[in-house]
Amino acid sequence: MYVAVKGGERAIDNAHAWLAEERRGDPSVAELSLAQIREQLKLAVNRVMAEGSLYDPDLAALAIKQSRGDLIEAIFLIRAYRTTLPRFGCSLPVETGEMACDRRISATFKDVPGGQVLGPTFDYTHRLLDFKLAAEGETPEAPRAAPRQEPTPHVTSFLGSEDLIQPEPASEATPRDITRAPMAFPADRSTRLQSLTRGDEGFILGMAYSTQRGYARNHAFVGELRIGTVPVEMEIPELGFAIEIGEVELTECETVNQFKGSKVEPPQFTRGYGLVFGQSERKAIAMALVDRALRWKELGEDNLGAAAQDEEFVLSHCDNIQATGFLEHIKLPHYVDFQAELELVRKLRAEAEAARAVTDAEQAQEAAE
Amino acid sequence: MSDYNFAYLDEQTKRMIRRAILKGLAIPGYQVPFASREMPMPYGWGTGGVQVSAAVLTPEDCFKVIDQGADDTTNAVSIRKFFERTAGVATTEETEKASIIQTRHRIPEAALREDQILVYQVPIPEPLRFLEPRETETRKMHALEEYGLMHVKLYEDISQHGAIATSYAYPVKVEGRYVMDPSPIPKFDNPKMEMAAIQLFGAGREQRIYAVPPHTRVVSLDFEDYPFEAAKADHACDLCAAEDSYLDEVILDDAGGRMFVCSDTDYCRSRRDAGHVGRLGEVAA
Repeated sequence: MYVAVKGGERAIDNAHAWLAEERRGDPSVAELSLAQIREQLKLAVNRVMAEGSLYDPDLAALAIKQSRGDLIEAIFLIRAYRTTLPRFGCSLPVETGEMACDRRISATFKDVPGGQVLGPTFDYTHRLLDFKLAAEGETPEAPRAAPRQEPTPHVTSFLGSEDLIQPEPASEATPRDITRAPMAFPADRSTRLQSLTRGDEGFILGMAYSTQRGYARNHAFVGELRIGTVPVEMEIPELGFAIEIGEVELTECETVNQFKGSKVEPPQFTRGYGLVFGQSERKAIAMALVDRALRWKELGEDNLGAAAQDEEFVLSHCDNIQATGFLEHIKLPHYVDFQAELELVRKLRAEAEAARAVTDAEQAQEAAE
Repeated sequence: MSDYNFAYLDEQTKRMIRRAILKGLAIPGYQVPFASREMPMPYGWGTGGVQVSAAVLTPEDCFKVIDQGADDTTNAVSIRKFFERTAGVATTEETEKASIIQTRHRIPEAALREDQILVYQVPIPEPLRFLEPRETETRKMHALEEYGLMHVKLYEDISQHGAIATSYAYPVKVEGRYVMDPSPIPKFDNPKMEMAAIQLFGAGREQRIYAVPPHTRVVSLDFEDYPFEAAKADHACDLCAAEDSYLDEVILDDAGGRMFVCSDTDYCRSRRDAGHVGRLGEVAA
């Protein structure tokens, strides 16, 4: 006898209790502290901050712990928290030329003012499992040098002084805030950049990679990649001047791309731009490539029909919180709609079979005659 | 949960959503863009409906949530619990008693009244989306009232299957102007959309709100020679014997045994309470 399935509420509570137990894992193993996650899983923390659009390493560490290391789930926790925070205003644009760089490299020049600084990078490590890490030994201290005091100029500014790279028009307009206004197309560049910087790293990477493989190929040189901290300043209306409210770690990438020039304009390089919270190098480079691909119209290039050139395609699908929510919603019950489909398929099949029976009967009749 | 504002969203956000709702009511069937917020439940799980409910809820309201017509499906339970915690409003499973009903995939069987609001959760608000994936294009098509593509699709269905092969999310035309997606309700529910209650539709991920004011003309698209037909399983409810309600098919065993029961659990319960007994129902003690 069918009994209506009751007790959904208890099932949910029990599932969550089990989840909490699984999150903790074997209780004989020491529990992770937020400080451990923040300090030792820093790149995960950075990704959660970047795609969660909230610069707070402690909260990101908490989200990673709560999500059992599922970074998209952690990003979701941060986004849901972020949206409840009041918006006090916006900061002044950060001056990345003033960045205290931990890492700064240029692929376009052998050496540049300010130097090539490798910083803490995986580059040139041989990807061999380091079993010493499993033994939990102490890490030897890295050699130190005195930090550079003067600002490190942008590499593209050297090209700019010769007019070799297309200048970006300055604007005093308040940029649109994609968390406070619905997305509309065509989107301006600030909207695109905001979407890309909080977009899913894997998606942006895939889009960027597709441009490298020839889908709207626009060969990119990494003009500069820099990682470091910049102060954040905000104008306080009551004071009438800007004060520093903190500092953030950023990764910035400027690509230098080929440009053929046109009948009216002499050849000039163009650029793609990536700026991401934390040390998020792969994402920043990928963002710059996708930004550049999306600029085809403004730069008078052809639309080659490539996915990475398609603003509506890229911006509508790069958000992993939207994507994962909609993807996973198909787990929810759909039996009412399925029932409607079931009835329809049964009806169409019955009609098709009836029609076939008539045809068969007619053919039998003809054969008999 | 005293850390959060009444019904979770802050008043500024609610005001923004109410403006979108009012605009939607003023232009029935038109999809109003709104700055959808990230909610503490996933996109695609009713965030649009939740935001609309949060914006229209008052402390005096009595709230009901259904999913697939049932109050006890897991996501309905979760959303009801959310508003119990963040708004502290009274909740009910009785359609009659509710002042606001949030729904996914169904319209209750009982006729709704003027003092009720029906809030739909909408996954893809654009009825033309599966014919034209670009928002820039579909907005133009709505603006120009260019719905030929939709009629061609329905016509192709007929030429291929002999019938319009859409069984849910069946497109409607509202007040003779906008073609609208009724959300994925079975087409059985479409005729109910001309009702006394206010109908609000929220699509969180897609950042759209739209509305159908009370007693608005809602016509399911069809052809003169292939008129719209509201379909359901050709049975009566095995618990309450209702012949006019939408039915779920429940598989009972692996020998083909099955039963049909009302998808609207409250409707079924109220009929059984009133003494109706179906084929497999038990007479109330």
